[in-house]
Amino acid sequence: MSKQRKRKPAKTWERIDGRKHDELRPIHIESGVLPNADGSAYIEMGRNKIIAGVYGPREMHPKRLSKPNMGVLRCRYHMAPFSVDPRRSPAPSRRDTEISMVMRDCLEPALFLERYPRSVIDVFVEIIQADGGTRCASINAAAVALADAGIPMKDLVSACAAGKYEGRLILDLGDYEDKKGESDMPVAYMPKFEQVTLLQMEGIMTREETEECVRLAVDGCKKIYEIQKEALKKKYAAVREEAGQVAAEAEFEPEPEPEPEEAEEPTTEDEPTEDEEQ
Amino acid sequence: MSAKLEERSIVVPGDLIYEGRIRTGDNTYRDRENVYATKVGLVNYSKDRVSVIALEGGYAPLVGDLVIGTVTDLELGQWLVDIDGPTDAVLTVSEATDKPFRTSLDMTQILDVGDLVVAKIFDLDRNRTPLLSILGRELGRVNEGFVIRITPSKIPRLIGKKGSMINMILKETRCNVTIGQNGRILINGRSRGDEELVERVIRMVEDEAHTSGLTNRIQEYLKSIKEEKK
Repeated sequence: MSKQRKRKPAKTWERIDGRKHDELRPIHIESGVLPNADGSAYIEMGRNKIIAGVYGPREMHPKRLSKPNMGVLRCRYHMAPFSVDPRRSPAPSRRDTEISMVMRDCLEPALFLERYPRSVIDVFVEIIQADGGTRCASINAAAVALADAGIPMKDLVSACAAGKYEGRLILDLGDYEDKKGESDMPVAYMPKFEQVTLLQMEGIMTREETEECVRLAVDGCKKIYEIQKEALKKKYAAVREEAGQVAAEAEFEPEPEPEPEEAEEPTTEDEPTEDEEQ
Repeated sequence: MSAKLEERSIVVPGDLIYEGRIRTGDNTYRDRENVYATKVGLVNYSKDRVSVIALEGGYAPLVGDLVIGTVTDLELGQWLVDIDGPTDAVLTVSEATDKPFRTSLDMTQILDVGDLVVAKIFDLDRNRTPLLSILGRELGRVNEGFVIRITPSKIPRLIGKKGSMINMILKETRCNVTIGQNGRILINGRSRGDEELVERVIRMVEDEAHTSGLTNRIQEYLKSIKEEKK
């Protein structure tokens, strides 16, 4: 009897939402959702719904916080009062401050901040609906929003959690697994450089489990990276296709060099404009 | 030594675009023997260099740029001008008027807070703060017309090869258009309708900047509107 009991869950073991141990929740990312921000992104990761906006590089206020030799990245992570049940106070909590700091530290290595002395890049992340793993989802959205803002980056940053639940290592913990599980480890990763930019852990794991957990999370990050890339390209692919069709219908030869020149000699390019104005 | 992608394919930050030794152009960087993109854009392979034409991006001030800005503050002997760049730009009295600076000079007579100004960046100081000048033809306070903003990375497309795009728009609409490299565009036409048409066309260019055959399509569009009016 006891033998059967032991074996049975081993075969039919399933996660609370029916995923495999190394399966991500369904992810949907959209870029450029806020018209007034310089760059923005919306992510749905499972039941997480998060919106990120990026402003800058711009003049920093208050000025004394700016650095004379490099730019500053400012992140604000905020959970909407209705994002969790029961309602949460809208005032920034200790946890919000921590995650803001963590996001800043894990995004900074991907940016060229030394190019923007005395300026600031602001990242605002608003959690509209929370379902566990919001810090990872926020990092994913913030990275896409930064790229959408046209801020030079070495690489995108992808983030994903792994952890231990009912004695098994699992990827991308949901809210229930996060709370009931033994351990939780968010990892942020720059896939092209194979560098980990964030590694946090709570709970208890053995050394072997920890190593396996990092591997699992990194594999998850690589999958998310592809989705992030897709989201950034999607915005242009649609317009390009549409315009391509119009061009074909009008029987235009595609110009040999139709695209933007680098603005190396803006003065000469502007001159015809000025002549026209006289 | 090889190109990794097709010419003009869309790249995102971190994409490997070239393996081997080559000069790196705009929006790229080298890590050991590889060249990567740093912005969302289109790859451009030329003979001796590889670059990325940015599709998004703020304004990075360069010496020689014509910019349109708003005067935000008045200090002793200088104005601060918001040019949508990473930092405010500085316009000193010596670069605004030929008269010598005296404390009795009323600076608000030349420019006041809130004024729009067309200026040229003549230098960057050691902190990379842009220094402006309004000594020159077509520079100075803006008195009429209206200003729209587009993504600064699309300004080169709006100008086109040797000004092909903007000259065509000017010819077809007969408006005066001053393009600031910082993404602000001053439009001054004979009627409000003309100005709105120019704005509509500029928005089209902005949305479809990464497509081919754009100049011809815009010209067709402007001609069709002209015929409708007749």
